[in-house]
Amino acid sequence: MIPAAFEYSRPSSVADAVAQLRAAGPDAKVIAGGQSLLPMMRLRLAQPAHLVDLNAVPDLDYVKVQDQRVRIGALTRHATLMRSETLRTHLPLLAEVAAEVGDPQVRTRGTIGGVMAHADAAGDYPTLAVMLDAEIVTDRRRIAARDFFQHLFTTALEPDEVVVEVVFPVAPGPHRYLKFRRRRFDWAIVAAGVQRLDDGWRVGITHAAPTAVRAHSVEAALRDGASATEAAQRASDGLHPSSDVHASSDFRLHLAQVLTRRALEQAA
Amino acid sequence: MAVSQLIGARVQRREDPRLITGHGRYIEDRLPAGVLHMAVVRSPHPHARIVSIDTSQAAGAPGVLAVLTAKDFHGQLAGAMPVTPSFVPEKKYVPERFPIASEEVCFQGEPVAVVIADDRYLAADAAEQVVVEYDPLPAVVDIEAAMAPGSPLAHVGGPDNIGWDMTFDGGDIDAAFARAEVTVTERIWQQRLAPTPMEPRGVLADYSPYDERLTIWLSSQNPHFIRLFISGAMGMPESRVRVVAEDVGGGFGSKISPYPEDYLVPAAARLLGRPVRWIETRTESVLNAYHGRGQLFTAEAAALRDGTLLGLRLTQVLDLGAYHGTFGAFQACACLMAGGVYRWQAVQGRTIGVLTNKVPTDPYRGAGRPEGTHLCERMVDRVAQEIGMDPAELRRRNFAREFPFTNNFGLVYDSGNYDGTLDRAMELVDYQGWRQRQAAGRQQGRLIGIGCSTWVEICGFGPSEATAGATGGIALVESAHIRFLPSGSVAAFVGTHAQGQGHDTTFSQIVANTLGIPMEKVELRHGDTAEGPAFGYGTYGSRSLAVGGMALHKAAMVVRDKAQKLAGHLLEVSPQDLVFEQGTFSVKGDPSAHKTIEEVALAAYGGKLPEGMEQGLEAVSYFDPPNWVWPFGAHICVVEVDRETGAVQVHKYVAVDDCGNVINPMIVEGQVHGGIAQGMAQALYEEVAYDQESGLLLTGTLTDYLVPTMNEIPELTLDRTVTPSPTNPLGVKGIGEAGTIASSAAVINAIADALSPLGIHHVDMPASPDRLWKMIQEAES
Amino acid sequence: MAQTLRLTVNGAAREDEVEPRLLLVHYLRERCGLTGTHVGCDTSQCGACTVLCDGQPVKSCSMLAVQAEGMAITTIEGLAPPGGMHPLQTAFWEEHGLQCGFCTPGFIMAASALLAENPDPTDDEIGRGLEGNLCRCTGYVNIRRAVHRAAAAIREGAGAPAPMGG
Repeated sequence: MIPAAFEYSRPSSVADAVAQLRAAGPDAKVIAGGQSLLPMMRLRLAQPAHLVDLNAVPDLDYVKVQDQRVRIGALTRHATLMRSETLRTHLPLLAEVAAEVGDPQVRTRGTIGGVMAHADAAGDYPTLAVMLDAEIVTDRRRIAARDFFQHLFTTALEPDEVVVEVVFPVAPGPHRYLKFRRRRFDWAIVAAGVQRLDDGWRVGITHAAPTAVRAHSVEAALRDGASATEAAQRASDGLHPSSDVHASSDFRLHLAQVLTRRALEQAA
Repeated sequence: MAVSQLIGARVQRREDPRLITGHGRYIEDRLPAGVLHMAVVRSPHPHARIVSIDTSQAAGAPGVLAVLTAKDFHGQLAGAMPVTPSFVPEKKYVPERFPIASEEVCFQGEPVAVVIADDRYLAADAAEQVVVEYDPLPAVVDIEAAMAPGSPLAHVGGPDNIGWDMTFDGGDIDAAFARAEVTVTERIWQQRLAPTPMEPRGVLADYSPYDERLTIWLSSQNPHFIRLFISGAMGMPESRVRVVAEDVGGGFGSKISPYPEDYLVPAAARLLGRPVRWIETRTESVLNAYHGRGQLFTAEAAALRDGTLLGLRLTQVLDLGAYHGTFGAFQACACLMAGGVYRWQAVQGRTIGVLTNKVPTDPYRGAGRPEGTHLCERMVDRVAQEIGMDPAELRRRNFAREFPFTNNFGLVYDSGNYDGTLDRAMELVDYQGWRQRQAAGRQQGRLIGIGCSTWVEICGFGPSEATAGATGGIALVESAHIRFLPSGSVAAFVGTHAQGQGHDTTFSQIVANTLGIPMEKVELRHGDTAEGPAFGYGTYGSRSLAVGGMALHKAAMVVRDKAQKLAGHLLEVSPQDLVFEQGTFSVKGDPSAHKTIEEVALAAYGGKLPEGMEQGLEAVSYFDPPNWVWPFGAHICVVEVDRETGAVQVHKYVAVDDCGNVINPMIVEGQVHGGIAQGMAQALYEEVAYDQESGLLLTGTLTDYLVPTMNEIPELTLDRTVTPSPTNPLGVKGIGEAGTIASSAAVINAIADALSPLGIHHVDMPASPDRLWKMIQEAES
Repeated sequence: MAQTLRLTVNGAAREDEVEPRLLLVHYLRERCGLTGTHVGCDTSQCGACTVLCDGQPVKSCSMLAVQAEGMAITTIEGLAPPGGMHPLQTAFWEEHGLQCGFCTPGFIMAASALLAENPDPTDDEIGRGLEGNLCRCTGYVNIRRAVHRAAAAIREGAGAPAPMGG
């Protein structure tokens, strides 16, 4: 299938990108890797009037560590993240998750900034961002991940706002992210991530709610000395996932618990 | 390699060099200058009345040459799309189908208008601007509800939703059940599947108004039948229509029958006097390429406590979709094959075809035989479980062992050795070892299961006596034409058409072997109705080798016999005094006196031929098989179910099949691999799902329709026994569908076996984690 | 509005005017005449359209032609010099790693990217490297064997010919 026609511009700076978005109005959209957007445009589920292509903006592709924070440029590709020695040392969870996003072709093109801005309920990075208190840095402000993801495909971004960086804490400790899926390259039916930080475990759940979820009650139970099995039973607290052709709501709730327990058991 | 050793040789495929370098010729690769592009406007509703169609905006859109609706096509196309008798000669209700809807749409995706533009992007844009006003009608979705009195109707004005209702009686079923010491019953669901060849369909048509000739290129398994149907509908002499299918990117049954676009594209080309092309998108394919399966079985089996099978009674309720598929009633053969490889006192099968508001179902790899096998193999396992007997042992007690074996419906299995394949499969899989590991695992709460599927299929359609009626007149035989050219190379034409089966290679092996010439000298042609014999019958139902290959062999023998006569004349001996070896005729007892077949070929175009012999060295033959062929085998699958998540892991899969003599073992193994993967995909992953309320398709893309990747298909261990078929001169059977016919039952039997400690007897497909988790939850609570 | 696109395709520099919405796969097939790259789906699942962009595998149905500005594209036709075969192509032939052949160019391109990075992949690594490609005919068994065979051939010095422009 074929996308509807659109205007196209390729700014060479973030400022230009913002200016072009502003000039093009509310039907404009940013394209980065395009791995979610282009299929949606081909199905004509998305018909932006104007695409602002960030790919020519220099210096948005980096992974660096500064002041106990891992700073990642918005245009950094999944393939770069999975191979990044810096990440493997300072935030190995993200590198491991990047290796399980989509398939090699998708990982060549897809970007971390794009995943954040797209805010798919089944996206993996938003879960890491929410559970680790990451910040999404835009052309104009810093937004805490917990405030950034508002609803399914909905973020705190203004129509003319561009993600430029994602900032995670350094987290070299025990971690695990388990995706339950039918086929290897599918989106997660449900996933659970755990990361040990200095102040305790962080736990996040993917695709059991319209947005990524931090499992505070699991974290609290673990702080209070609960076993992985006991704590994981809280993983579905407060969740009301939807049912679809791949899994019922009940099964998703159950998977949240099972995957959380297994992730805690397997964390290394 | 000596040419007489070509049969049975692992010859690398001749078609591959072009395909692996990107030089295949698929339908979308054909983009002639000046071609127009067609986009189809389809119903978004499963069932609605068309109130109005406003084409004015689309007609004025950039690049658009025409927007056509049913009224434009009524003058171009006559009659209804064909429905063959297949296995159900008497049908109750056959709604007429025109390729494009005019007043009522009866399935989501049914064409209502087409846009023709000079650019495919602009055609897609304009298609969105056709404004159709619909008055939605209740959709018939569930097949059981559709049978109930008072159900909404799939077609306004229809008598009911029953397309057919027919019972096949194979013996006195009541007498068999009267002897029963145990009976088991089951409801077995065969979900709808989307065949999903990696290449979607496509049609390109060029009509020349000056000489009134039509050429159609399309992705098809069946170009001659398509020519027959389309020429008839367009009111053209069949001889002035040429249909060409070049490389076809997979079919699996979905490219046998004619589709609406096969009519609309040529009709539009004739209307506009320009070549027109339509290329199906994957979204259109999942929605509209004829689905397979979609059947609900209820079955009851009767047996003695010693494991003797007595009777099998089944009802097949088949989701026809909104219209009968052209060969949709073929799927009723599930009833005729439900007895499988076993001796039963009686089998009775009732088939009910039910109309719903969905795309029609039609043959999909195996077509009725996977369903029959699945049912039979499930019921045999149920009996074994009920009487506490090992399922392999129960199978052995009931195998047919004397061949030819006549089944309950009078079908004659030509040859078989069911013990041989089962023995070998059990050895390869380490059956006893797995039974021990299973028992030990159960102590620890692990759910390990072992599933057998001992299968047989009817294939190689044919014979004329049985099939002339089934197609509505044209007997399924096969044709071939072999020509020696003067310089000694051979052009061979056959009426089948490959979609990946490697016929260029295997058929050339047969021709070269029979004529004693190198394969390089054989040019094998198929897929073009302008070449070769008058009619070809297509590739489906695992028929190409056992019928088409035999036609080639037969034609080659006619040519060889004539060459031998001529060689005798040239060598001045009686033809009976010649021996033919490695392409050379030599005089018995005087090998120095000889002529190669190439020398004879040249002579055949010269003078001084024997009295009464005409010039040329070529022959057309039709092969009408005396019977079907009956491949068989034993598959064994070992699985483990994750008790917590319902996820299934396949630990081991062994398949020992027997397709008689083998022309090219490499290709046979490839067919088995792919077939198993498709059956496994049905067992574990794939399902075309519709919303039960709205009737809308829920699995419209490959994101939701789960064709497995390499990671979901385990390593497959294969072996083979060889029991030649007495049905044809080369002793061959079919193998294209075997893997699919066998494998869903092996996988599901293994899963049911794994879950049996929980009291679970049956698992429907796909055995998704969600489904299994729910069953385990229920069983444990 | 049409844009000027400058890129290298199989080693040859090109300049074309293209509409922004033109998909890279359609550009390659219909403007460059390279029909070995196939379209098998609408949603980036099947991988039949896989090509290399600056040596990395991409699905050319999920990339706009204009986004290939300045890149070096390698398609199946450019994997080996005309008339020659890349060891992967030879191995797919020898191992019967294809049937209908429609998915094959995509598999070979994805596998070439895998072997460039990992010259001796395990079964699991091959599965991961080819997880973005669907085949309906082969059951994947012989594709896996073909990739192992090609890897061995390249390691033993059969030498992957330099892809044109790769």
